[in-house]
Amino acid sequence: MTTVIEQIQISATVNGEKVTRLIEPRLSLVDFLRNELELTGTHVGCEHGVCGACTVRVNGEIVRGCLMLAVQAGGTEIMTIEGESDGGEIADLQKAFHERNAAQCGFCTPGLIMTTTELLKTNPDPNRAEIREYLSGNYCRCTGYEAIVDAIETVATERKGG
Amino acid sequence: MKPSAFNYAKPSSVDEVLGLLSEYGDEATILAGGQSLVPTMNMRLSAPSLVIDINGLAELSGISSNGESLRIGALTRHVEIENSSEIAEHAPLITMAMPSIAHPAIRNRGTMGGSIAMADPAAEMPACLCALGAEIEITGGSGARKVAATDFFKGLYDTDLGGDEIITAIEIPKISAGYRSAFDELARRHGDYAMCGAAAHAKVDGLVISDLRLVFFAVGGTPVVAAAVGSAMADQTVDAISIVAAQHAVEDDLSPFDDLQCSATLRMHYAKELTKRILNTLAAG
Repeated sequence: MTTVIEQIQISATVNGEKVTRLIEPRLSLVDFLRNELELTGTHVGCEHGVCGACTVRVNGEIVRGCLMLAVQAGGTEIMTIEGESDGGEIADLQKAFHERNAAQCGFCTPGLIMTTTELLKTNPDPNRAEIREYLSGNYCRCTGYEAIVDAIETVATERKGG
Repeated sequence: MKPSAFNYAKPSSVDEVLGLLSEYGDEATILAGGQSLVPTMNMRLSAPSLVIDINGLAELSGISSNGESLRIGALTRHVEIENSSEIAEHAPLITMAMPSIAHPAIRNRGTMGGSIAMADPAAEMPACLCALGAEIEITGGSGARKVAATDFFKGLYDTDLGGDEIITAIEIPKISAGYRSAFDELARRHGDYAMCGAAAHAKVDGLVISDLRLVFFAVGGTPVVAAAVGSAMADQTVDAISIVAAQHAVEDDLSPFDDLQCSATLRMHYAKELTKRILNTLAAG
C-alpha cells in the first residue's frame, strides 16, 4: 500500500518578512530556508545535529535547522544570518572574525556567529573556557578555534567598553 | 541524509495522540524535541509513516511542585529545566547534569520526556532519574500508570513504554535534609556522548556516606545502578581506603563494552576514576 503524503501550507515570519509555502512534512527547516526561500547563508553540514552549521534562531532561541521540521516552524519568527547581518547588530562580530581570520573557508561561520550572538546575550563577559564550551556544538575544520575564540573575546571586551 | 516521506499530525490533546497511536501502531512515532528522533529519521534508521508532533500540547509542559515531589511535564525543554530555581533547590542533580546534555541549541529544543523515551545508553537524564528514585508517568488508553525509573529502562533503546502509550510526566522526590548529589562524565568533546558518566545521590554526614545510589551510564544498554559500590560505602567515611574499596566494587557492578570511542578496559578505568571524583565531591559538599 502506498501512503499518500499530504503537503501542508505553513506561514512564518523570516527575517521580518511573512512567507507562506506549501511543503512536504519531511522538509527540514534548513532546507526550507535554503531551497524554498533561497536564504543560503545558513549551511547544511552533518544533518544530524552535530556540526552546528545550520544554526538559526526560532522565536528568539538558537536551534539546529536540520533537527526541526519546517512544518514545525509554522507561526514562528525565524531569524537567519542574513537577517542578523542586515540588521547590523552583528557588524562588530563580522569585523572581528574578518580581522582575526577566524572565517577561513567560511562554511561554519554563519552558525558560529548565530551561536556567538546567543552566548553574548546570555553571558556578555565570557572567559575563553566559557566561549569554547558554548561553541562546543559548532564544528570548524580550518581554524583550530583559536582565532574564533580570539575574535569573540575581542568583541566581548569592546562591547563592554574596554 | 533526508528522512523518507511521512505524514504529519499535530494533535491538540493527549486523547488524540492515543487515538492516532492505536490506529497507526508501529507506523507512527511521537515527535517531541526531535533532537534524537530527527537524526535517526535523517539517517533512515527510523522511517515512520506518521509523525505525531506533540509540541502543541501545552499541558505536557512545565515544572510544578506537589508537596514531597517535583513534577516535570514530558514536553518540558532542557533549557527550562536547566534554568529552573525549583529544580536547582529540590533536585540539584538534574541541574548539575543539564550542561552536559549536548549543546545550547540542542537544549533549547530537547525535552525530558523525549530523552527518557529514546533511552539512549549514553544519555544523562535516565541515569539521574534512577539515582533520584524518580517515577515515570505513562498514559495509555486505560489511563495513567507510574513506573519507577529503575524499572522503566529495559535494554538498549528499550523501555517499558508500550506502542500505544505516551510519557506524560516524571515525578522526582524532593531532596531530603542531609542528602547531596554529584554528577560527572567523560566525553571526547564537551556535549558529546559520554564514554562514561555517573550520577549519584547519598546521605552525607560530615565525611560519612550512607544510602548511596550511584548510577553509571554509557557503560551498558541501560543506566547501571552500582549496588556493590553502594554496599561498600554504606556508613563509610570517604578516605583513601574506602575510595579504593569502592573502586574495587565497581568491577562487580559493571561489565563495560568496547566501541569506537573507547575500549572496555578504558571504560572501567573511567568508571573507577569517576567513582573517586563523585565520592570526593559528595564528601566536600
